[in-house]
Amino acid sequence: MRNRQLTRAPQPQAAFEPRIVAFFCNWCTYLAADLTGTSRMKYAPNVRVIRLMCSGRVDPQFVLDAFAQGADGVLIGGCHPGDCHYQEGNYRTLRRYHLLRRLLRQMGIEEERFRLEWISAAEADRVRNAINDMVERVRALGPLQLEPKREDREEVAV
Amino acid sequence: MPEEKEQALHQAWQEGAARANAGYVRRRITIDPITRLEGHGKIDIFLDEAGQVERAYFQVPELRGFEKFVQGRPAEDMPQITSRICGVCPTAHHMAATKALDNLYRVDPPPTAKKIRELVYNTFMAEDHALHFYFLGGPDFVVGPDAPPAERNVLGVIGKIGIETARRVIAMRRRWRELIALVAGKAVHPVFGLPGGVAKRVTPEMQKQFQEVAAEGVEFTKFTLHLFEDVVLKNTDYVSLILSDLYTHRTYYMGMVDDRNRVNLYDGWVRVVAPDGKEWKKFRPDQYLETIAEHVEPWSYVKFCYLKQVGWKGFTEGPESGIYSVAPLARLNVSNGMSTTLAQKAYEKFFSVLGGKPVHHTLANHWARLVELLYATERMKELAADPQLTDPTIRVLPTEKPREGIGVVEAPRGTLVHHYQTDENGLIQKANLIVATQNNAARMAMSVEKVAKGLISGADVPEGVLNRVEMAFRAYDPCHGCATHSLPGSMPLLVRVRSQSGQTLALLRRDFDGSVHRE
Amino acid sequence: MTPAKPKLAFYWCSSCGGCEETVVDLAEAILDVVAAVEIVFWPVALDFKRNDVEAMPDGSIMATFLNGAIRTAEQEDMARLLRRKSGLLVAFGSCSHLGGIPGLANLFDRESILHAVYLESPSTVNPESVLPLTCHHDKGHTVELPAFHNTVRTLDQIVDVDYYVPGCPPPPRILRTALQTLLEGHLPPKGTVLAPDCALCDECPRQDTKPETLSIAEFKRPQELLIDEKTCLLAQGLTCIGPATRAGCEALCIQGNMPCTGCCGPTSRVQDQGAKILSCLASLVEGKEDAEIDRVLNTIPDPVGTFYRYGLPGSFLRRKKLNEVQAPK
Repeated sequence: MRNRQLTRAPQPQAAFEPRIVAFFCNWCTYLAADLTGTSRMKYAPNVRVIRLMCSGRVDPQFVLDAFAQGADGVLIGGCHPGDCHYQEGNYRTLRRYHLLRRLLRQMGIEEERFRLEWISAAEADRVRNAINDMVERVRALGPLQLEPKREDREEVAV
Repeated sequence: MPEEKEQALHQAWQEGAARANAGYVRRRITIDPITRLEGHGKIDIFLDEAGQVERAYFQVPELRGFEKFVQGRPAEDMPQITSRICGVCPTAHHMAATKALDNLYRVDPPPTAKKIRELVYNTFMAEDHALHFYFLGGPDFVVGPDAPPAERNVLGVIGKIGIETARRVIAMRRRWRELIALVAGKAVHPVFGLPGGVAKRVTPEMQKQFQEVAAEGVEFTKFTLHLFEDVVLKNTDYVSLILSDLYTHRTYYMGMVDDRNRVNLYDGWVRVVAPDGKEWKKFRPDQYLETIAEHVEPWSYVKFCYLKQVGWKGFTEGPESGIYSVAPLARLNVSNGMSTTLAQKAYEKFFSVLGGKPVHHTLANHWARLVELLYATERMKELAADPQLTDPTIRVLPTEKPREGIGVVEAPRGTLVHHYQTDENGLIQKANLIVATQNNAARMAMSVEKVAKGLISGADVPEGVLNRVEMAFRAYDPCHGCATHSLPGSMPLLVRVRSQSGQTLALLRRDFDGSVHRE
Repeated sequence: MTPAKPKLAFYWCSSCGGCEETVVDLAEAILDVVAAVEIVFWPVALDFKRNDVEAMPDGSIMATFLNGAIRTAEQEDMARLLRRKSGLLVAFGSCSHLGGIPGLANLFDRESILHAVYLESPSTVNPESVLPLTCHHDKGHTVELPAFHNTVRTLDQIVDVDYYVPGCPPPPRILRTALQTLLEGHLPPKGTVLAPDCALCDECPRQDTKPETLSIAEFKRPQELLIDEKTCLLAQGLTCIGPATRAGCEALCIQGNMPCTGCCGPTSRVQDQGAKILSCLASLVEGKEDAEIDRVLNTIPDPVGTFYRYGLPGSFLRRKKLNEVQAPK
């Protein structure tokens, strides 16, 4: 049976910690994130980083799957336009990002939950700022619950 | 409390309750779940103290919500989205939607496009009417309402008409549907409708195929009419059944006609005649809101149409009640004739045998359907012979900004209205659909109740009664999928006679062919 | 003594009847099917009812073809019952496979649907705001209607599904092949979609005109151009879902000179068809800066309706975020 866990166990009210999934390009953003760490910059621990060889490798399916599996936000980090290690990859990213944003809007998912950042290998501070900023915005939005809590579901109500 | 004592107490309680319930006279006959049906339908019949039917509710229990979920969709997607309201008559929705798009963008398709549309549309009407006669409604008459239940089904029809004829029926339907697919892409859920025309040209080769099959279709229909005359009209019992008061309602009728008040299924005016047969109103499709209104009951998902200016007076008939009927019988009643030769002769015979216009006998729908079948096949022949059919100009591109559009066609089961409002970009903001069978919903509910009241007396429900109840609404060839924009429907029934305590007293099962089995 | 014929059943949930029409569209071939199997349950055509199914031993139906999405408790019930009674359960048609067009209702909730149909419709005269009720009392009679859920689901979100027959409706050819496969007993791996596992482009009669590269400055809506009857539709700027859609239908819509809308769902290598076509079309967009890209994307006015026309319930997100839920009255 192809069934996914769409809502995770509800957390007590006071303790919502956003879970952000980040797809970082190997050649720049990932290196920058490393640098953020080694420079001992403090940034919110709410991000799970997944390293890809290029931001253009981000299949829109990954983004939607992340949300479906309980992510409250998704962040993509890639090289600045013109600097892509594979020439054109990040332009694909940009186009897909824009179309995905429109789709997510139709699906009722708030804009702040999906973000694209261009970050070069030296820009450790951009990594820190982007992550901290996103975590706070998503915290303010609350958890992304695509379907209502168990007791509100029709299976019980009918 | 020791276990035996608890058990004994429990038993005594049950027995006492059963006695009390048995003494309680109210009876309820629930027809649920319904088998032999596309989608679901449900009938609840309540008997009074004397065992007579007090009230019967004919319920349609499903809803999908097309009118809501099309909001935000591009209007040009509507022909293909709304066709999924019903897989039996998708072409009707496709066509109504396409015409609504013409109206929305204020484009008039080129003559060739209109001819292609009407040709495909009549092909569809032919195929759908033939399906209903041979497989759904026909068994009631070809095999007979009193024939043994085991024979009163499509196999019984084949038995009566022979396997060779059955193959002929299957082949004819297949050829019609192949024609539709030739132009429209697919027979189920066609794709060819666009504002201002159609998507695909008709080539000379395609035209030839249409001509061949159209000619075959006329011959096939003549055969079908002969069959009907031999089996039904020459049988005095059937004729009395058709003419009986039990299956008669004196309501208004609605249908589409051309400029000369002849039946046209694709385009024209909408005409309404009163129970006495006189014209009550004639209006252009885009004026439908002034005339057609819908009424809601809490016990069914289907909405009940009625004539606004007459008003909703409940489930009653006559000139004071706004209830009206649509589909083949209604279309013949509202028209002055048919525009093709053989169909006109059949039309005249129909009314002369049944005693003049208007005919109020619901079961006459089966015959009227065959008159229309003849018209559809003759019209196919006419359109297929038209040299303009293969002209390459099949589209006019819209230039106006869209705002609001209304499209009306005659679906096999009655008048069908699609009404859209869009934003400047052509995205649907609001959609209103009046779907064929809805127009008949009130009269059908009345038919069920009338027949139930006329035939059911006491909880001891005789075997043949369900067949007769079903015959009452099967004649309308209902499509519950359309009616609630939910599921298509015919009405197989399971009648369960229960005492108040829920104990089953009798179980009767009615097949889609009409046969009834007592369990 | 001849061996017993394998038992077959057909059932429908929230559907339109088009899949049933596909069975009838087997035309003459249906006589062969009827000769080879015993149809024990088929509500549209045969008289068997739920009790008959309940009385059957578990697993005694060789295969049940179930079409329609799951929307009510009653449909869920029947799906579970038929699962128990069937050796194989086949999701038949787009609705049970992916959710189908009724799945677009997942952009809304039950209350807004009821309001639109019974209160906001311009032809509906309803001054007392009557709504259909799951339970209604009238002059001492109690009449009931089944409630429907907020969310439309696919069959495999409710029960275990063995095979899928895709399409809206499945072309008779695909159904015939599926029936043959099951009757011959050479069963493919569980979960297989019984149709070719390649994209529609491979089957499309216009594939020779499909360009190597494409850069789209403007997507076209079908009413905006005279559609050429021989050229690749994507190359003409139409949002043809063919690249992300499974083959098997002989490209009937393309033969009708209209673009593919994706009814057969994706190939086995894709989980979310809508996301895949989004990816494909976005990649073709001309533009390297936000403003340029936005301008092109404005020509796709309804992404979710275009990419997920048949597949919303079966997609990753399944439905639009639901903010409040009200129990059915």
